[in-house]
Amino acid sequence: MAGSGKAHLRSAEEVLIQVQDLVVEFPAAGKNTVKAVSGISFDVMPGETLGLVGESGCGKSTVARSLIQLPPPSSGSVVVNGVELTDLSDRQLRPHRTGLQMIFQDPISSLNPRRRVADIVSEPLRVWGPHDEDEQAEIVDRMLYAVGLDPEVARDKRPHEFSGGQCQRISIARSLVLGPKVLICDEPVSSLDVSVQAQILNLLRDLKAEYGLTLVFIAHDLAVVKNVSDRVAVMYLGKLCEVAEPDKLYSNPAHPYTTLLLESIPEPDPAVAIDVSLDSTGEIPSSIDPPSGCRFRTRCPQASERCTNEEPQMREVSAGHYVACHHPLVAVAG
Amino acid sequence: MTIGVEGTTASAAAKTILDSEILRVEDLHTSFFLPIGELQAVRGVSFSLHRGRSLGIVGESGSGKTVLARSIMRLNLGANVEISGSAFFEGRDLLALSRREMRRIWGSDIAMIFQDPMTSLNPMVKVGRQVTEHLRKHNGVGRQEAKRIALDLLNEVRIPEAASRIDRFPHELSGGMRQRVSIASALACEPSLLFADEPTTALDVTVQHQILNLLSREQRQRNMTMVMVTHDLGVVAGRTDDILVMYAGKVVEQASTVEIFDKTQHPYTEALMRSIPRTAQASHTPLVAITGRPPVATHLPKGCAFSPRCPYVQPRCHEEDPVLAPTGTSGHKVACWYPVGSDSNREAFERNLSNRLPQTLAVAESLGADQSSETPISVPEGGLA
Repeated sequence: MAGSGKAHLRSAEEVLIQVQDLVVEFPAAGKNTVKAVSGISFDVMPGETLGLVGESGCGKSTVARSLIQLPPPSSGSVVVNGVELTDLSDRQLRPHRTGLQMIFQDPISSLNPRRRVADIVSEPLRVWGPHDEDEQAEIVDRMLYAVGLDPEVARDKRPHEFSGGQCQRISIARSLVLGPKVLICDEPVSSLDVSVQAQILNLLRDLKAEYGLTLVFIAHDLAVVKNVSDRVAVMYLGKLCEVAEPDKLYSNPAHPYTTLLLESIPEPDPAVAIDVSLDSTGEIPSSIDPPSGCRFRTRCPQASERCTNEEPQMREVSAGHYVACHHPLVAVAG
Repeated sequence: MTIGVEGTTASAAAKTILDSEILRVEDLHTSFFLPIGELQAVRGVSFSLHRGRSLGIVGESGSGKTVLARSIMRLNLGANVEISGSAFFEGRDLLALSRREMRRIWGSDIAMIFQDPMTSLNPMVKVGRQVTEHLRKHNGVGRQEAKRIALDLLNEVRIPEAASRIDRFPHELSGGMRQRVSIASALACEPSLLFADEPTTALDVTVQHQILNLLSREQRQRNMTMVMVTHDLGVVAGRTDDILVMYAGKVVEQASTVEIFDKTQHPYTEALMRSIPRTAQASHTPLVAITGRPPVATHLPKGCAFSPRCPYVQPRCHEEDPVLAPTGTSGHKVACWYPVGSDSNREAFERNLSNRLPQTLAVAESLGADQSSETPISVPEGGLA
């Protein structure tokens, strides 16, 4: 896995977000470095939903955070709406952040427990205006209504009086109050019950259509990602493996890692036979000392010597379907 | 704790237990007494389990599935708790035993695996010793012998380089490895019954697959009886023989796994199945969400607990709580006045639709108003609520 390469990028004029050669590293104990993200490039078209999937530790949340420069990447370029964010100072960055909002996995801990819902949702307005309080209250009510909460009931309550699903609705309201172009969703439904998860997914779909949002949707659940995404990027140990439209990716995975992920999904269908003897896939290696060449080679059934020495580059296997693998599981077009 | 079984009834019940029946739970209630009132976590659960079978207990958070498992195991549920009913394990009522007698059963006859292997393993004890702790205690195995058995067990649960990992502490292992260690520890005394409480919820999908395969394999090889508690229908589909679906402390549906997926009868089970995204569906397939949220266990609605969210709800549902009763098919039980698939259910849906009941309208719209079709239906763009 690998891969570097930019074959999957689209024309810079058309895209809303373009990330190139993104590298994020953190200092670790001793003189070690955690190589969280190692040279990732991707782009998102306006109005598109990009799904980022991968196991924990693959760097998907780090990618999301470096989009809003929290923290700024170690190197690489992040262009949103034509502006190179990595060149900006903190002060210059602030107005650009209003157009990029984020919702988090744990809705309860991402809301201040001591503040009323109306104050939580109106906080961005107090910074950016309008500063008229009546006007703010009106926007807050409209936003709460849009996410499916009754403003009369919710306004004066505090987060602990709500369930997890309702808290996630409140954080969505807060993220949309400034009218952002891009909403970054970092595992927005993974701490919710299944019956509530569908409500939030449907809500995000409706809001996206209503407000013309562009979504970067991060999740470990492949079924959820398939349901919401227009394009899916599979990550492994700080690298991209495969990029494609969901229906293509799920029906014809080209990367051995994608196949492994798909085979691991516990499908809620008893008719799907399970081979219980399969048990040889190992676990994700440490990102302090990732394998050379293709990073997936230590778990890959296809691995050859070439995978040890040479890092695979992104290439197109069919229209709109890209893979970074020396031995893709589908025939390469052309 | 009140125990409603006296000596005579216990022995009478023991006689009726079939040879192959290993666990029988009868009318189990667990209540917590909190400052805000009585929290009825488990409200009259009965089921029986035969030797070598596997049972999935499925429910959302707060449905009482974990409290049910812990009540049967007699594991610390804290003070202010009242458990009534009975749980016969190989003919003995676990709820009537003393702590001292229970200690002889824990680990050796009944073992349990928990969700978070980091907190269920002792951080101060090397994994090798941890795996054989109860083996040494229950079976009086010596130190050298225990170490050899520990190595065998770690190999059996496929921990790579087991010989070097035997002297590691839990924090030096990954989450998947830790869960393998806790499985090895649970298997050490060859228990006849294994409870697994959300054993893979904290793990990544590829590791989850490995752990579930390991559990299925061990269960079959050892002819062990297993109870798997989970919120994920995907985890139990294809892996357990039977399923209990719990909602608000009660079993609402019980059947074989295939039956429950193919001939769903309870509206809650049906709603759960419809609301989960599946990879077999095309991208952007609208999900049929369940309106509202699970009830608060201190303030349960009158009648059927699912009635405020049910698209088929009728006046009777608000008044009378349906009991879990057998359906036409053997082994399939459902607690519903208007079970899915019946004529009365179809009539109820039509009636609610013409009365414009919000949850019924939502379901109808998501399904494209076509009730005769199968569950996953894709509706045209813009056709969702």
